[in-house]
Amino acid sequence: MTQPSNRMLLSGNHAVAWGARLARPDVIPVYPITPQTPILEKITDFQASGELDAELLTPESEHSAMSACISASLTGARVFTATSSQGLLLMHELLHWAAGASTPIVMFNVNRTVASPWGFWPDQTDSLAQRDTGWIQLYCESPQESIDTTILAYRIAESVSLPTMVNHEAFYVSHAMEPIEVPSQEAVDSFLPPYNPKHLLDPGKVESFGYVLDQNTHYQSRRNMDDAMQQVYAITEQANKEWKELTGRDYGIIEGYRMDDTKVVIVTMGSMCGTVKVAIDEMRDQGVSVGLLKVRLFRPFPYQQIRDALEDIPCIISMDRNFSPGLGGVLHQELKAALFGMQNTPKLHGLLTGVSGLNVTPEKIKEWVAAYSNAEPVVQSVWTE
Amino acid sequence: MSFPEYQDDGFFTSGHVACAGCSEALALRVILNTIGSNAIAVVPPSCGAVICGMHPHSAMGIPVCQTTLESTAATASGVKRALNARGKEDTTVICLAGDGGTYDIGFQALSSAVERNEDLLYICFDNEGYMNTGGQKSSSTPLMAVTGSTPQGKSSRKKNMIEILAAHDIPYVATTSPSNINDMVAKVNKAKEIRGFKFISVLIPCIAGWGLSDDAGIRLARLAVESGVWPLYEIEDGHRYRLNHASKTATVAEYLKGQRRYRHVSPEQVEQMQANVDDDWNRLQQKLVTSEQPIRMQNL
Repeated sequence: MTQPSNRMLLSGNHAVAWGARLARPDVIPVYPITPQTPILEKITDFQASGELDAELLTPESEHSAMSACISASLTGARVFTATSSQGLLLMHELLHWAAGASTPIVMFNVNRTVASPWGFWPDQTDSLAQRDTGWIQLYCESPQESIDTTILAYRIAESVSLPTMVNHEAFYVSHAMEPIEVPSQEAVDSFLPPYNPKHLLDPGKVESFGYVLDQNTHYQSRRNMDDAMQQVYAITEQANKEWKELTGRDYGIIEGYRMDDTKVVIVTMGSMCGTVKVAIDEMRDQGVSVGLLKVRLFRPFPYQQIRDALEDIPCIISMDRNFSPGLGGVLHQELKAALFGMQNTPKLHGLLTGVSGLNVTPEKIKEWVAAYSNAEPVVQSVWTE
Repeated sequence: MSFPEYQDDGFFTSGHVACAGCSEALALRVILNTIGSNAIAVVPPSCGAVICGMHPHSAMGIPVCQTTLESTAATASGVKRALNARGKEDTTVICLAGDGGTYDIGFQALSSAVERNEDLLYICFDNEGYMNTGGQKSSSTPLMAVTGSTPQGKSSRKKNMIEILAAHDIPYVATTSPSNINDMVAKVNKAKEIRGFKFISVLIPCIAGWGLSDDAGIRLARLAVESGVWPLYEIEDGHRYRLNHASKTATVAEYLKGQRRYRHVSPEQVEQMQANVDDDWNRLQQKLVTSEQPIRMQNL
């Protein structure tokens, strides 16, 4: 039975702030950056009005914000922070540190172009450049998905003791308003028990963290991180299932849209999924069979789930709103790895679409489907206008 | 000379891996035992981190959170806020950092934590360089000192961290020395009772980095105090100055003697360094005079 919720008109960023509030974090170290600031300001409003009982820490940089997140988590606190773009890049060293420290921090990142030159546009290069840091990564296409995923992220992070980064894109999602079902505090409390770690910094316990390890022990720490990552698939599925029972909203690790009876599947992440769905509906109306596979969980990458979903699909078109110089699209690369060695390996077209925040319209998507459905793919990602 | 008064309750153990003759080990023993059991330490990469030992051993009898070189004050802030959230406001969070992690790469995080007036006790073990990485200059390295990255002697003066922190209106900032244990104990005890940010800098003559004989550490620390190179003083709320030792009973030349890092300096340069110390000393005297509640020459 689903629980009652309040319907509110919220932007994507305010939805995230509500998600964070409902998760009852103990400590929130946070530093402002466009276009993340509405998250910060809404949270500080909640805290100032007494609706959110948390220690708020406003240091001089994202680097210090993440440092404080890690140590607060190690001291037994539930932690939330949010950032974007340059702020995320400044945290890079500590993202590795957080994962190595097994700290289940939840961070919301608003995907924004990285400088130089300056830009404030939707682009996922910032977070995808952090893909080797040991953080779980999830990507959202709508404000509703962002509030729900913020809460889900705590469940996942604390189950495996890994930090979790939830992403949505600048402006398209962060500043878009839509009616949001805000879950009740009771519903979230029933889903998310208080954080109670087995190990923590406490004068009564005299356990320490971060000492130099020898090679064997350090190696074992990497194996432990991998074991934790491998558990994420099942734990995320279980969390999604319980969330659906609670709210009626159904999220997957990956999500298929109109995948029935199709020979062409578009694979992408984030806000472009919504646009692709509109394009698919229009193409279906015109008799063109196309489906969408949305990748929600990017780290750990759902290799097996994607192979299963794309079995017997002859043509895949991936759309990357990011650019890795010398490589191309990051999702394209991951898909090549995922599809490698399949019995009937699909043809894979990797398109660089919407990089630097360029608008991707349903019309363009329809053009790309027409152009690439029967073409021979090239190994490298292809730029689109 | 009075005998040091502090009780060793075993919060710093034998088996630590400080270099032979290192007075940081002595300072750690005094400070940790003065702080007691209700404490958590934050340690960045530094000689202190090495002295802590390697997993699964620890020379420290309290929980230690090691962190990145530039993050000490931010990390400690996170520990403190989490303790507050858990209702453990009375636990002391103590930073044990070196001068590189304090004067240089950790300065931004430190300045911010002082500005926020986080309730932390920050100890800087100042050995005037990156001695843990083999002895390179930091912004705490004094004029003319030879290090791995200043082979002809440093061309600029030591950063005045105490005055910089005083300019933050920090509740408490002080210098101390392993040659004056009672001063150290008194200052740590005092800092422990103050809410807000407390900073204590301990001069640590580095046996290897300064080119000293194994038994010279404490002697050099004492000469630094007596020559006025490292005056023992404290400042409350950024403006109430107090001198804790009647210094200027030795010359800078006496202090420099026996340090390999100054072996190249000419008599004229020694004179210049003496003039610098005299000038700093006079400026400190003026601050004592104009201080709201000057308490001068108080020996501890």
